[in-house]
Amino acid sequence: MIALFFRDLKLSVRAGGGTMIGVLFFMTVVAVVPFGVGPDLNLLSRIGPAMLWIGALLASLLGLDRLFQAEREDGSLDLLLMQETPLLMTVFVKCAAHWAATGLPLVIASPLLGLFMNMNELAIGATMLTLLAGTPAITFIGAVGAAVAVALPRGGLLVSILVLPLAIPVLIFGVSAVYAAIEDPAPFLPPFMILMAITLFFAVIGPVAAAAALRHSAD
Amino acid sequence: MSENSLAIRKFSDLANPTRFLALADRVLPWFAACTVLFFAAGVWLSFTTEGDYQQGETVRIMYVHVPAAWLSMMCYTVMAISALGTLVWRHPLADVSAKAAAPIGACFTFLALVTGSLWGKPMWGAWWVWDARLTSVFVLFLMYLGLIALNRAMDDPARSARVSAVLVLVGFVNIPIIKFSVEWWNTLHQPASVLRLDGPTIDPEFLWPLLTMAVAFTLLFFTLHIAAMRNEIWRRRVTSLRRQAVRNAGREAQAL
Repeated sequence: MIALFFRDLKLSVRAGGGTMIGVLFFMTVVAVVPFGVGPDLNLLSRIGPAMLWIGALLASLLGLDRLFQAEREDGSLDLLLMQETPLLMTVFVKCAAHWAATGLPLVIASPLLGLFMNMNELAIGATMLTLLAGTPAITFIGAVGAAVAVALPRGGLLVSILVLPLAIPVLIFGVSAVYAAIEDPAPFLPPFMILMAITLFFAVIGPVAAAAALRHSAD
Repeated sequence: MSENSLAIRKFSDLANPTRFLALADRVLPWFAACTVLFFAAGVWLSFTTEGDYQQGETVRIMYVHVPAAWLSMMCYTVMAISALGTLVWRHPLADVSAKAAAPIGACFTFLALVTGSLWGKPMWGAWWVWDARLTSVFVLFLMYLGLIALNRAMDDPARSARVSAVLVLVGFVNIPIIKFSVEWWNTLHQPASVLRLDGPTIDPEFLWPLLTMAVAFTLLFFTLHIAAMRNEIWRRRVTSLRRQAVRNAGREAQAL
């Protein structure tokens, strides 16, 4: 399992993997925002956390269809399905590796983009923390979509459409936690705890559903 | 216990599509007639009862809006049960049921959203507000459309059924969110006033037309659902007959 984790990690960090593309996409999305709404620094600092969250959500959707597709193409997916360790664990480890390769760089890149958006230290810290807690949920939800898409000839765009509605709660609570941290009256902890609860919930549901979809699409 | 096993046997009898078609043929006219009857009564009731003293005539939008919203959730529940039937019991008609229910559910959700929007403009002063109930129903609508797209994207009905069944079950988390969104968050949308533990808080003047319309909508759903399932079975038969004809034609060409 640990070997699988590092194998997936290495594959996606290497050239042709999704890591660099995801981060670049994230930066591009966030960099486009000032052109759309104008370079007003006050406005940017107000909508900054929300923009970072939307950018991160879109960027993590971008690489999702590769989660099982590459294995399907070179045939190792069948080996993963046949091995003795439960498929559930395999999917979970693959999700973890995928998150470490694509989600974690987004979290690390977010402070830099936060500076671009004229956010203060508190807002940057809160955004980073919520992204750290929230992006695993997006990966786990996306694993279901990716497993469904394995059966499709060209499922990339469909995955995003199917996954995005389910990821909306993550976005809502992530952003509301950040705003709660910045603005005084609202408490930070309740939305943040709900965000973590969502992550834990989908950490269970996601691999179960993805494993079921993989098993059914294989035969 | 014996009753239970009898019920299961009856249900698995329907696994035979021909038997289901025969039953559907017998049941459909009755359902359709009841639907028309209840709709006539419901429409008559909703236009003869008095308008609200505050909302005036616009309160009549409720008689379409509320049943459509209920049905949009019930339809997804039917799809989720069918998805369970596909994955757990491998009932051959379960995937037909799930596939047939998706467009109907999307229509009811769309109807609920449109009537809600029309009602919201005079009452709230806005066509659309991003509160929890409206957003979650909109998400439901998107999920219906995504599922329809997924069903269309795959050629093999058996495989697409099992894969989309997984997705239907995952998406079911949205249904309790819709139901309780008005209680968990402070929203503009009013909380539940009919289905409550301490009885409905709505005036009987409005309750009767509403319930009649709800029954009419439910009957309409089942009529459409059975008809759509029948069409889907026929469509699959036509496809397989066509395939067989092509195969036979190929064989004859080879023989020549």
